[in-house]
Amino acid sequence: MLEAQNLAARRGFAELFKDVGFRVKSGDALVVTGPNGTGKTTMLRMLAGLSAPTAGEIRWNGRRVEPFSAELRAVVAYAGHLPALKDELTAEENLVSLVELSGTSAPRADIDRALDAVALSHRRSLPSRVLSAGQRRRIGLARLLVSRRPLWILDEPVTALDAAGAALLARLVHDHLDRGGIVVAATHQSLGLQPSRVQSLVLGETVPA
Amino acid sequence: MNATAPSTATILASVPADGALAGVRWALARDLKLAVRSRAELGVQLLFYVIVVTLFPLATTPERNLLSTMGPGVLWVAALLASLLSLPRLFATDHADGTLEQIALSPYALEALVSGKIAAHWLTTGLPVVLLAPMLGLQYYMDGESLTVLAAGLLIGTPILSLLGAIGAALTLGLKGGGGLLALLILPLYVPVLIFGAGAVDAVRAGLGATANLSLLGAGLALAVVGAPFAAAAAVRIALD
Repeated sequence: MLEAQNLAARRGFAELFKDVGFRVKSGDALVVTGPNGTGKTTMLRMLAGLSAPTAGEIRWNGRRVEPFSAELRAVVAYAGHLPALKDELTAEENLVSLVELSGTSAPRADIDRALDAVALSHRRSLPSRVLSAGQRRRIGLARLLVSRRPLWILDEPVTALDAAGAALLARLVHDHLDRGGIVVAATHQSLGLQPSRVQSLVLGETVPA
Repeated sequence: MNATAPSTATILASVPADGALAGVRWALARDLKLAVRSRAELGVQLLFYVIVVTLFPLATTPERNLLSTMGPGVLWVAALLASLLSLPRLFATDHADGTLEQIALSPYALEALVSGKIAAHWLTTGLPVVLLAPMLGLQYYMDGESLTVLAAGLLIGTPILSLLGAIGAALTLGLKGGGGLLALLILPLYVPVLIFGAGAVDAVRAGLGATANLSLLGAGLALAVVGAPFAAAAAVRIALD
């Protein structure tokens, strides 16, 4: 269970948001929306433990977690704006490298299946620099699939994905929730989830832009 | 859906980090692999070192005594500059493509991952400098014993350059004109390494033996190995916040 209480964020003198609170149960998703510049990315970085909240606290399974804490690092899979891919490595090498970095062993069969699932099997040996933006995103999806983390934090996950990619993402999120995982996503496109499982958080309402 | 789904049992089990060594190994192996893939850049740094060292005899004098006196100093200064040339990229490329975020969120200790990156930096930029130094020293009429002590000093000293440099590289992450600032920040910290390293060769030439200088360098290396990864890791966290 992921909880937040009285979260606030500040960038310089500008207050992005304050008094934000929510509770996401296992198997539920939190979709963060709001106009540009209202702090969606900041909020997600806080939840991932990359950034310290100006005020408030974040709890994972009832225990307060600090930025970069070991508890959080063991459970979170963060997919931000930047793909974390190395141009010099192939699609497959990038995937294996990221999965190993997340502390998961990466059996060959799992890697193969994940590349199949994101329709990149035929491009696995190409250097990442020749892949399209959408294909690079798909490597990120494959990473989520293999890394087996309970908490997914996705910042604009649909960006650059085609219709099939978006459908794939929706299916991955759906399966993840089915297995008792939690997804926090900042997105304006629908992920096609059952409304009963989705909580919505709209930023930028209390503090007009 | 398909067979890619991990089972319910595995997904909620959080992944334990199997020791700091695995983190060091991951970062070391990945950075070495990347270095091999982009080896042209490494060649540029080494060539820079060779050229800087070669310029001095051309610009000053072919006179034997003068060259053998200034040789160790020139080789050490060039080693500092070569180290400085490669440092900005130590964290900056990972920062720019988002890998640094994933590194900071890895269950492996960030200090271990940073240590691995520093080790890879030394192996790809420091070690070649150590190996080339005796050959380049011949241009300065240095004798066998001086060359041995020079190489020994560089072998102990260049890891200190990578370790201290990593702190500066992490502190200047994301700054515009970070490269110049990095030089201002780090070169003063390099001064003791330079003094004891070049001083070791002078001591040998004066018949005093290099033990004292090399021991002090060794002590500096021990300190840097223990302290620098923590400082650099803390600076990386600050840069990401």
